[in-house]
Amino acid sequence: MSVCKSHRERLARTVVDLPKSGIRDFFQIVSEMKEVISLGVGEPDFSSPWHVREAAIYSLEQGHTGYTSNLGLPKLRHAIADYVGRTFDVAYDAEEEVLIAVGVSEALDLAIRALCDPGDEVIYHEPCYVSYRPLIELSHAVPKVVETDAEGAFRVTAEAIRAQVTDRTKAIILNFPNNPTGGAMTGEELKKIAELAVEKDLIVITDEIYAELSYERPHVSIASFPGMKDRCIFLHGFSKAWAMTGWRIGYACAPAELIEAMMKIHQYSMLCAPIMSQEAAYEALQQPESDIAVMKESYWRRRNFLHSAFESFGLPCNMPEGAFYMFPDIRSSGLSSKDFALKFLDAEQVAAVPGTAFGSCGEGHLRCCYATSMDELKLAAERFERFLASCVS
Amino acid sequence: MEPLLALLRQNARISLEDAARQLNWSVADVAARMEELENEGVIRAYQAVVNEEKLDRDEVTAVIEVKVQPEREGGFDRIATRISRYPEVDSMYLMSGQYDLLLFVGGSDLRTVARFVSERLASIPGVTGTATHFHLKTYKHQGVLMEGEPQHERLQISP
Repeated sequence: MSVCKSHRERLARTVVDLPKSGIRDFFQIVSEMKEVISLGVGEPDFSSPWHVREAAIYSLEQGHTGYTSNLGLPKLRHAIADYVGRTFDVAYDAEEEVLIAVGVSEALDLAIRALCDPGDEVIYHEPCYVSYRPLIELSHAVPKVVETDAEGAFRVTAEAIRAQVTDRTKAIILNFPNNPTGGAMTGEELKKIAELAVEKDLIVITDEIYAELSYERPHVSIASFPGMKDRCIFLHGFSKAWAMTGWRIGYACAPAELIEAMMKIHQYSMLCAPIMSQEAAYEALQQPESDIAVMKESYWRRRNFLHSAFESFGLPCNMPEGAFYMFPDIRSSGLSSKDFALKFLDAEQVAAVPGTAFGSCGEGHLRCCYATSMDELKLAAERFERFLASCVS
Repeated sequence: MEPLLALLRQNARISLEDAARQLNWSVADVAARMEELENEGVIRAYQAVVNEEKLDRDEVTAVIEVKVQPEREGGFDRIATRISRYPEVDSMYLMSGQYDLLLFVGGSDLRTVARFVSERLASIPGVTGTATHFHLKTYKHQGVLMEGEPQHERLQISP
């Protein structure tokens, strides 16, 4: 008689060992509460621009409901190559060097899987978006962390990366402007990392999804430095700057051979990104500057407001230079990130994500998304002040 | 647009402290710039955008196209200024195309507006023709949707 295995025993070791996202636990708790002010989101509070929504409706009316080529609609790839060329100063060939994916999340997964054999090492920086480490581990590659902190404005340095480079290092993942810290790099710092990548012959996977939401200086892409186009996988998409998270459209621009390899995985697992979303993304590239300007200014004002509110009651917080997150230092409360988030939620009905959800060095911080209404931000700030006072007394 | 103006266009009732925080300016700077904008005549008024349909009133608004014989000296300005002074005229623009002036005129009922057009407006020397359209419903005014945007559910926590 055969012995029946438990489902857990049937599961792949890699998946069993993968930690659950810290965000999911917290989500459960928050979703059961009413009247919560949420600073816990990772997306814009705008709906997608009306002309984008309208274009998608029109394309459905026209019956555009089939598959597209694996790489994505040619007209969209051309529009992307144009946009990336003029915005980031890197020229990509729309026919061979651009792949449309289901969000940057998929594109990142494709990039890592295309590059890594088991045991290869990938360097990334924490605090960071929740998927980087798990995606590296799912590829049976080895994650190597470089930590960033408030003192260093949450920027990563070439020296810190160099310290993690071994002969198994395949790639470096960069994400600036950064979720969850709002940190952004300067051109000089990126140049040093670019030189290191050339020296050590490494690929740089650069997730620049928040590029347009840079408040202090124009965004610079590492792909634009000499010799870098040939060793960069540039990832971008429409979710953040165009407020199009639910459409799930991201893209990768990279040398043809890398795109070809990523496309192999994409074609077998995803086939193509949904055509209606691709049509919407094409429309989004028709007037990007004016769509983005209004939203960007609104985030900029809310950033200023929340930062000045934190300052007024003495909560230390690095001034974020991009994206729409604040990452204040809550250590003066005497609480851990997780306890702070739970108690704050319980006492004041404000939800913010513990910094540890983005890596262990996020301890002592809280991610507060300011892409929420000014009225809610004001209330949240008042409650923050009251809660902090209650911690100290 | 200047950030302070953008802010005021969105919410003219914003406090100086609030505006200062959002713009990363000092309160004194915001106050000074607002005064400047008022003195220069850039800001002409601070008004509420009202959804008239929510009010239980029977007032009517008409949109009136007016053809005018321009004058050798001053073009349309003298006659336009004269028309714009009537309190019944809510807004007024000089237009290109089939007619010259576009007026938004309010009145307590159809007859009042009709009388304004025939007795006041059409009788002004230089006015050569009018076409009156009665306004039925407002969908959007000054960039504000009267019905508001439908609220979409956002996940409260997301990565």
